[in-house]
Amino acid sequence: MCLAIPGRIIERTGTMGRADFGGLVRAVALDLLPDAEVGDVVLIHAGFAIQTVDLSMEPEIAERLIAR
Amino acid sequence: MIPAGAIESVRATLDEIVRRSAEICRRTGRDAVQIMEVCGTHTMSFAASGLRGMLPDTVRLLSGPGCPVCVTTPGDVDRAVWFARQPGVTLVTFGDMMKVPGSAGSLSDARALGADVRMAYSPADALELARGDPQREFIFLGVGFETTAPLVAATVRAAAREGIRNFSVFPLFKLVPPALRAILARRDHHIDGFILPGHVSAIIGLDPYRFVADEFGVPGIIAGFEPFDLLEALPMLLRLCRQEKAAIDIQYTRGVPAGGNPAALRILKEFFLPAEAVWRAVGAIPDSGLAFRPEYDAFNAVRKFPGMPAHDPPEPKGCLCGAILMGRILPADCPLFGAACTPETAVGPCMVSSEGACAAAYKYGLTETSRWKKSRRRQEVAVRS
Repeated sequence: MCLAIPGRIIERTGTMGRADFGGLVRAVALDLLPDAEVGDVVLIHAGFAIQTVDLSMEPEIAERLIAR
Repeated sequence: MIPAGAIESVRATLDEIVRRSAEICRRTGRDAVQIMEVCGTHTMSFAASGLRGMLPDTVRLLSGPGCPVCVTTPGDVDRAVWFARQPGVTLVTFGDMMKVPGSAGSLSDARALGADVRMAYSPADALELARGDPQREFIFLGVGFETTAPLVAATVRAAAREGIRNFSVFPLFKLVPPALRAILARRDHHIDGFILPGHVSAIIGLDPYRFVADEFGVPGIIAGFEPFDLLEALPMLLRLCRQEKAAIDIQYTRGVPAGGNPAALRILKEFFLPAEAVWRAVGAIPDSGLAFRPEYDAFNAVRKFPGMPAHDPPEPKGCLCGAILMGRILPADCPLFGAACTPETAVGPCMVSSEGACAAAYKYGLTETSRWKKSRRRQEVAVRS
């Protein structure tokens, strides 16, 4: 039930944004990640971004995770 | 496509798992290292990836209480149905809860009988429904762990700021660390190490688990959900099992900073207080739930609609979900498993939820029983004679 899927923020207006899940774009609430910026990859659970994905360690894995 | 070198590295990792687990077994005199994967999504990932079947006999995975649907009591389902039946009320829920049976049917049954029950992907969708129909009351069924509770708090905050009065929440949230404490407090638990839930930890971070190692001497690894995450987490955990001093570490570093999500933790504190919660088939666990702070009573469905039934019906007869959720037995030990209890005719919650231990065991043909008890006893006898 605690499913969270990585998506890239492509737009942000206030606490709302849009995230790209490898082609599928959905609205995402950013209330819980006030510092999230466009371009960040975030974990999204039930419509809310809950954490920023740290891409520094493993970029090729991250790209594969998002691109599926 | 499988990247170059991947097969070799998987093989090397499996070899390490075989070697280290055998070494631990030699030292402890037990037949297997027993690892509890707390989270239902891990249960599914281990089985669906085929990794579970590739593990040696010296590693035994036990499913824990980490599926919020599984640990919702039949009494709480009955209360959700009661809310759904109030005149002028729409109950909004995550889809996972629809088919969980109470003592007189599920939310799905209630809907078939005319109650207005709707499924939503996000609590924000429930608030959107309330915005669009101010004459009707919308109650969101607040089921979930630390991962989900902050989203609901953020939704309540939005409702409060906009002055939306026809939205409330029936809070049934549960917290993972107190449940781990309840499992470990039983001296005869069989757990050598934990695979800890990745997305609960994305919110709470590492610190709330420290007692697992410090007070109970059991190590744990916070793991991600991809097969390669699990493949990395197991050797990490086995290495910790060998250490003198138990510790908690993070494998899922890309999603879990040690401090968790401070904004989410702040909003949890702002809206909720820890409260006793009753876990299905397990019982009451102190401070393992979240109650609304009194200043948010207007959004608490329990306060808004007085008269909620307090009755807690007994568990279905013969159902052993409680012992399964606590890692004491395996699904195939239950006499109902695969016979009276299947995903189509589920008796207990572990079979209802798609992430339940029994549903996973049924779907992936895991027929292992807890023969370890026997082998353990045999060893004890051997030592004595």
